[in-house]
Amino acid sequence: MSNNPNNWPLWEIFIQSKRGLEHKHVGSLHAADPQMAIENARDVYTRRQEGNSIWVVLAEHMHASRPEDAESFYDPADDKVYRHPTFYTMPEGAKYI
Amino acid sequence: MTDVKNLEELFQAKIDAEQKIEPKDWMPDAYRKNLIRQISQHAHSEVVGMLPEGNWITRAPSLKRKAILLAKVQDEAGHGLYLYSAVETMGTSREQTIDDLLSGKAKYSSIFNYPTLSWADIGAIGWLVDGAAIMNQVMLCRTSYGPYARAMVRICKEESFHQRQGYEIMAVLAKGSPEQKEMAQDALNRWWWPSLMMFGPTDANSPHSEQSMKWKIKRQSNDELRQTFIDRTVQQAEVIGLSIPDPDLKWNEETQHYDWGEIDWTEFNNVVAGNGPCNKERLAARNKAHNDGAWVREAALAYAAKKAKRKAA
Repeated sequence: MSNNPNNWPLWEIFIQSKRGLEHKHVGSLHAADPQMAIENARDVYTRRQEGNSIWVVLAEHMHASRPEDAESFYDPADDKVYRHPTFYTMPEGAKYI
Repeated sequence: MTDVKNLEELFQAKIDAEQKIEPKDWMPDAYRKNLIRQISQHAHSEVVGMLPEGNWITRAPSLKRKAILLAKVQDEAGHGLYLYSAVETMGTSREQTIDDLLSGKAKYSSIFNYPTLSWADIGAIGWLVDGAAIMNQVMLCRTSYGPYARAMVRICKEESFHQRQGYEIMAVLAKGSPEQKEMAQDALNRWWWPSLMMFGPTDANSPHSEQSMKWKIKRQSNDELRQTFIDRTVQQAEVIGLSIPDPDLKWNEETQHYDWGEIDWTEFNNVVAGNGPCNKERLAARNKAHNDGAWVREAALAYAAKKAKRKAA
């Protein structure tokens, strides 16, 4: 990545497509400040009414899990089928459960 | 410790299992290099592609056509940006990518080194050039690198308007006065062969293709895509009463495809080598825009710094 201070920083863009839905990552862009990032994100990612709310986050503030650790990182959930409702046998005839 | 060979096998197994490769995943150096080259070329093509069309914004024949062309050119800028973002996830800076275009080191699609001489050229570009690009882009929606595939899905959704508006321009002209029809035919004559060249060298002469197919960067060969494009476009030309400028074009009952003539590969190689009608003009326009915009980029940074300081105080 470039460390040139004369370059605009990189922002990650999240768009909410409809009220009530989650914001979803759509891509990134460069902008000098948050306001410009939001305005550019509007022009780049919502030209066809794809959203009504935008979050912008400086890319340098994003942290991610490591794909090479995925196996051991997520395996605690592998043997816990009892976390799902379908694990349990309900007595015959019981309703609304 | 896992050695490189083992990592490469795991990588290929992921690809064979149709799993996407994501930015932080291990990948062979050659895969990364190949994609940086391909995606950045693609991004540059979107950006340089704005120039021949921008040429007609102020001279569009009606307010409606002008608004449509503006929207289309704005889309191309957006497509360039989606793709630049995808390149950046591979660990190369935006600045470097842009510099490679401006210095002439990086390539872009040669089709944009041809001039737009009449309004009908805007129709031909949408219909043929975007049409050919779509063939490639639909395939790339399923490419193995996640960020590239996601950018392509977004682009494909928008691109179909581009092709349709171009074909509509051609259809309207073809139904107009004899002069208008002639203008449309002339545009088709000039853009047909360069559009076929957009699919790249024949499979026999395409050195990167085999590896790209193995890595599922590409999923169809240049020749396959070119043939599908020809089969579809010939029919569309018939519908609007224009003729394809290829005396060897003939339906082949046996193959259920059109047979067609020979591409002038000398012309193709010449334009790729920088000797097309507009290579110098295009690069000069990009450099001028970049240099003329320098003060804007600096001013925006200075303003952002001032605002941040005021907020901190």
